[in-house]
Amino acid sequence: MTKFELTRFPLIKNVLKNRYPQLVVFVLMLAGFLFAIVAGLVGTPVGSHNFSIVFVWIAWWAILILVAVPFFGRGWCGVCPIPVVGDWLQRGAVLEPAKKTPRWLNLRVPAKFRNMWTQNISFTLVALFSSVILTTPVVTSVVLAAMLFLAIGLSMVFERRAFCRYLCPVGGFIGLYAQTAPLELRVKNKNVCAQCVGKPCYNGSDLGSGCPWDVFPGGLTKNTYCGLCMECIRTCPHDNIALNLRPFSADLAKPSAKLDETFKAFIMLGAALVYAYVLMGSNGAVKLAAYSVFSPAWFGYAAGFLAVIFGLLPGLFWLSVKFGDIKKSPTGKQFATAATALIPLGLMFWVAFSLSFVLTNATYIFAAISDPLGLGWNLFGTAATAWQPMLSSLVTPAQTLVLIGGLAWSARTAQKSAPQAGISPAPVMVYCLLTTFVMLWLLL
Amino acid sequence: MKPSELLSRIIITVFSLGVVALPLTIWAQTPLIHAKIAESGGWSPDIIQAEVGQPLHLKFTSDDVMHGFAVGQMEMQPVDIEPGKVSETTLTFDKPGIYTFFCTRWCGLNHWRMRGTIEVTGSTTSLESATKPLYVTLGLNLDAPHNAPLVPTSPPSAVNGQELASTLSISQLTTPDYYRSHSPYQLFDDLRFTSLSTSQRWDVVSAIWQANSTPAGLAEGKQLYAQNCAACHGEFGGGNGVFADDLAATGAASMQTMNGDMAMSMQTPADFTNPQRMLGASPALLQGKILRGGMGTGMPMWGSIFTHEQIWNIVSYLYIFQFDYSNP
Repeated sequence: MTKFELTRFPLIKNVLKNRYPQLVVFVLMLAGFLFAIVAGLVGTPVGSHNFSIVFVWIAWWAILILVAVPFFGRGWCGVCPIPVVGDWLQRGAVLEPAKKTPRWLNLRVPAKFRNMWTQNISFTLVALFSSVILTTPVVTSVVLAAMLFLAIGLSMVFERRAFCRYLCPVGGFIGLYAQTAPLELRVKNKNVCAQCVGKPCYNGSDLGSGCPWDVFPGGLTKNTYCGLCMECIRTCPHDNIALNLRPFSADLAKPSAKLDETFKAFIMLGAALVYAYVLMGSNGAVKLAAYSVFSPAWFGYAAGFLAVIFGLLPGLFWLSVKFGDIKKSPTGKQFATAATALIPLGLMFWVAFSLSFVLTNATYIFAAISDPLGLGWNLFGTAATAWQPMLSSLVTPAQTLVLIGGLAWSARTAQKSAPQAGISPAPVMVYCLLTTFVMLWLLL
Repeated sequence: MKPSELLSRIIITVFSLGVVALPLTIWAQTPLIHAKIAESGGWSPDIIQAEVGQPLHLKFTSDDVMHGFAVGQMEMQPVDIEPGKVSETTLTFDKPGIYTFFCTRWCGLNHWRMRGTIEVTGSTTSLESATKPLYVTLGLNLDAPHNAPLVPTSPPSAVNGQELASTLSISQLTTPDYYRSHSPYQLFDDLRFTSLSTSQRWDVVSAIWQANSTPAGLAEGKQLYAQNCAACHGEFGGGNGVFADDLAATGAASMQTMNGDMAMSMQTPADFTNPQRMLGASPALLQGKILRGGMGTGMPMWGSIFTHEQIWNIVSYLYIFQFDYSNP
């Protein structure tokens, strides 16, 4: 497997090691984030004209799911403004490393929470209320502010980035799909790490903090939990950390067998299917049910949503695994290992869904950027831009290509992962084929 | 602390506070009139202060659906208010008083309740005293039944009536004062001493009613009816407009309640194609109902919205649903 080290170029390496470029991006991102919260609270309640809705759920989402995650993995996490204030407060500094004596409680997150289950729950909760969150500016602001203050609060109580690692509803699926990205941060030589005294990349030094993501870079084998914060590049005394270009889905060659990650794959796959039906479909009754939170209809919608992601999809997959099991006794490990094929499939589902969602609503960006608070401004002369879908003739072929490409990608992944699970890849491929047909039917 | 650390902290603090404080300050200094459907609160604010002779610049935005803004009894182009966008208009008042502004778009079931007031103050020569509406002068009870005991079997023809009327000496029955203060049935009854048949008498009534209207007045009445009345009363006057069923179904919710928890029942909108109702109603009575509104019904008061001339034109138009004014 070939890799290409980007940090071999002094310019790239210096930009990553230097704190100022990242700090500038952080400050700009934080400003945009705070402005989005303010805009949601005081701006027009009409979601399609409010900066918070348009820039968070259309512009940011487009960048995240169509560019950042597929090509840069956790690249977004490296510049995300949500944890940065808590990070600064935890360290007691913006540029300097943390003091030897912790400023706050600095507790270790209990072992039973050191997994992706809480992120699975937080994403599911956001997903159940997404029809309201995605369309109501003030609710978006409350959610954004809640994430900001939760991140700050957890930084005061726990060590490192507990919010990013264990609670962020977005971070979980970014980590899952980051395994497919052609970008990775890895050590150059593991022996150097093994012999390194003090492990400053994990424990911190005068040059920087120990890994905020609670990862020892020397043991990194996949992108899931590396937040690309670049702190280890700064602290490694042996210049042993590299940022590499690599083939897509390199991490999937060695499948994970963890059920929390497996269910993250099912949640994302199911959410894409449900969103395609509810948000992009024409069933007004279901849309209304999804929007009418806490009404009897909404409880029905929520029950259906939960049944799909926690019952139907995993259940059918279990049957597929059982059907293809050479030993006729599928275990949790086999189930989780075989589910690796669903990672590229789910990512492509989200790309396909987001293509229509984003292109349909992209023109709102022009109006919102000129009048972000809905006060009648026309900062860039685009306030009067009328809504119209963009590239509508290309959406359907592009979605078809993406879904078929995702199916081929997942089939190839199944060919590699199924033998490691001790099952035949055929039933997994059939499962991927059927879900792709459903997604195609829902979107097209 | 290193200078770079200190400078970074200062920049971050100033930038973060600025990005919050600046939009909040601008927002607080930009007075917008928010329009929402009546069920969500209607206009906010719904009372606006102005001074005579001073331009009043207003900026509107809609928080939900398309609305419109106009001031009652004022010559102005209605302002469309689109969701999330800002519309502007400037008004100048030459008389003090309390003006009613209202929504000009069928925004929802209680669209008619979406009203506010502009309180215009300032010294002028003298306040004009209001003239009493005709129904008050006549002492009409707007809520008493007024059905015609006898109605024609088909719409009376004004064209036929014109020929017949020219043969009669009934000048006292054709004056504007007579027209406004009498119902068509009263005129029909006053014609009983003529030699005309029943249907011919109705034709004469039709002709006299047409003679008391003008094509321009009927056209304005038609337009005002379509914009303001048809949603409930129906495009063709049948009392079956697009909101009629909803009004009946949600009467309790859309109207104030009386006697504690006892909900009022909602009357269905008046049916202008009903000959008993319309031929028993004088223009003065209809003017009164429009001016005052239907007490205890869903009918709003229009006295502060329409001018007297506009109301008379609407009244003239309402009789279109009973009489045949067309040429043969």
